[in-house]
Amino acid sequence: MAQLSGPAEADGPGGDRPFPPGAYPVIVVGSGPGGIQVSYSLRRLGVEHALLSADPSPGGMFRRWPFFQRLLSWTKPYAPVERGGRAYERYDWNSLLSDEPDQQAIMPGLMDGTSYFPSRPEMEANIAAFAERTGTVARYGCRWTATRREETPDGSTFVLETTDGEYRAPVLVFAVGVAEPFSPPTPGIELAAHYADTRAAETYADRRVFIIGKQNSGFELASGLLPWARRIVLCSPSPAKLSVNTRSLVGVRARYVQPFEDHVLGGGVSVLDASIGGIERRPEGGFTVTARPSDGGDDLLIEADEVISATGFVTPLLDLPALGVTTFGQSHLPAQTAYWESSSLPGIYFAGTIGQGSAGLKKHGLPANSGAVHGARYNARCLARHIARARLGLASVGPAIAPADLLETVVGELTSAPELWHQRAYLARVISLDATTGPRDEGIVPLAAFVDGEGDDGQGDALAVTLEADGSGAIYPVLYLRRDGRVDERPVESDPLLRFDTPAVREQVAAILAEVGR
Amino acid sequence: MATRDEIVDQIAGFALFADLTTPQLQRIAHMFEEEAYPEGARVLRQGLSGSAFHIILDGEAAVVIDGEQRATLGRGDFFGEVSILLGEPPVADIVAARPLRTLVLAGPQVHDVLIDNPSLMYRMLQAQARRLRNANRWRS
Repeated sequence: MAQLSGPAEADGPGGDRPFPPGAYPVIVVGSGPGGIQVSYSLRRLGVEHALLSADPSPGGMFRRWPFFQRLLSWTKPYAPVERGGRAYERYDWNSLLSDEPDQQAIMPGLMDGTSYFPSRPEMEANIAAFAERTGTVARYGCRWTATRREETPDGSTFVLETTDGEYRAPVLVFAVGVAEPFSPPTPGIELAAHYADTRAAETYADRRVFIIGKQNSGFELASGLLPWARRIVLCSPSPAKLSVNTRSLVGVRARYVQPFEDHVLGGGVSVLDASIGGIERRPEGGFTVTARPSDGGDDLLIEADEVISATGFVTPLLDLPALGVTTFGQSHLPAQTAYWESSSLPGIYFAGTIGQGSAGLKKHGLPANSGAVHGARYNARCLARHIARARLGLASVGPAIAPADLLETVVGELTSAPELWHQRAYLARVISLDATTGPRDEGIVPLAAFVDGEGDDGQGDALAVTLEADGSGAIYPVLYLRRDGRVDERPVESDPLLRFDTPAVREQVAAILAEVGR
Repeated sequence: MATRDEIVDQIAGFALFADLTTPQLQRIAHMFEEEAYPEGARVLRQGLSGSAFHIILDGEAAVVIDGEQRATLGRGDFFGEVSILLGEPPVADIVAARPLRTLVLAGPQVHDVLIDNPSLMYRMLQAQARRLRNANRWRS
């Protein structure tokens, strides 16, 4: 039966690999940040599971990408709060989460100081160091190849076929990234290289490069090729969104905006709003790309030596859709509940960047940060707790909060809770308000589950504390009050310096708590 | 799950987009995002701010006010625009009556999309006029 995960199963001197084929209560697939974080969090909760990975070592996509070897997510070695601990996580987007102080804030200790964006190798080392220090072991080199369902006397179970043999579990967690290159069915698209197959930058010296796609990957390539390419064209039907304009992580990040400035200043980069009519090889070498302007103008015929498709990635779900997992959108993300469970195939959960398929409330159009480590790591911890509770019956009662401490508890969360800062309007601290037992900390809960009465906190009277943004640049606290099943939203005015422990904020929060008799 | 081209083909048949050219439809398809909801999921929540504009690609949605179902919406129908135009929270829950797939435009983007596509705005106005007419008939 199940084998406990833990340091004892680590590859030993004899080369014994952990988690041999067999039956487990839970199986996690993937050894990127998502898989490692889920595995660690499950183990802390005492949930037996196997962690499997096709890769030879931890790191997931960071073993290879970003192409130009520098992350988009920052870690501030010197932050307004002391390094390590929960409050510091707001400033460190890349370390995984541990309950032990000596396993926290690993990322800043591995950075060489040249940038507050870690390099790709530094990030890979960060994930590996976390796995090593926490004793999070995986069966590496074990590739998931197929999935099926099997009815047993104990109920339905999933069978995971792998290169090492068959595994069985009633609960599967897939943290396999959104990492399978995708190209649209444009005529001649086979003539374009995908972002994933981009060559070393210097091999584009003096070349005319046409990049399909105007999201981060397209602009990342353009930024990296600025010193090399003779001309760069970036093209897709809709205008480029810039994060500095959307005031969110939606759009091209500031680090990659240089090609856009080159474009508007007439430096030789062109950023076009047009669909691609087709790509044809020219007899004399190179390609002609037909671009159809979105404003309805005449087709543009653009010559290029290289065409690169920066059109994104899809989720490598293998046969899960055939098994019943509904997918949607360009990235073929699985449709998920607020707790990252397939909305069409119970028992299948997702972690890591795939978790962005659980959109939450997406208030004001702003997505959560589930596609990045600083969002997914909190989702993973929340998911582990949910699996322990909902699937294995390992429920725990939250600690009581003295009524006199309620205001300070709320203000403290608003001020420094990293879950609320990084997963705005997506995760919330929930405090139950049972009249008999008094306030209790129910932990971090997906806000969508709370407002729909589907959270692990139940449906009783409760308070959800979160932070939100509306795209105007403001970040502000919001409290949700659930009374007799009805949920009311109570926003609190923001503070120009984002200090949520001021007398003004305390006064507003106190007035809201007074509504529920606290 | 559909490619952008498939979405363009789908929305080309919707009354809302009847006057747009193919390049305009492609641009629109790239501005909207696709989302999927299981049966029973709430898409818009009565009284909660910050919701979005949705166009139904597949499935059926129920309009529910204070727990009472008032109407159903199907393929090609849209919802969420009233609360965005008025800057107020939705006055109804929109609940997936069957598995639902929608195209979604964030509330803050609706203004620019309507201004950039007057024919889309006109079609939306026509639909609102019909809804108003039908509501008045129902009351009289």
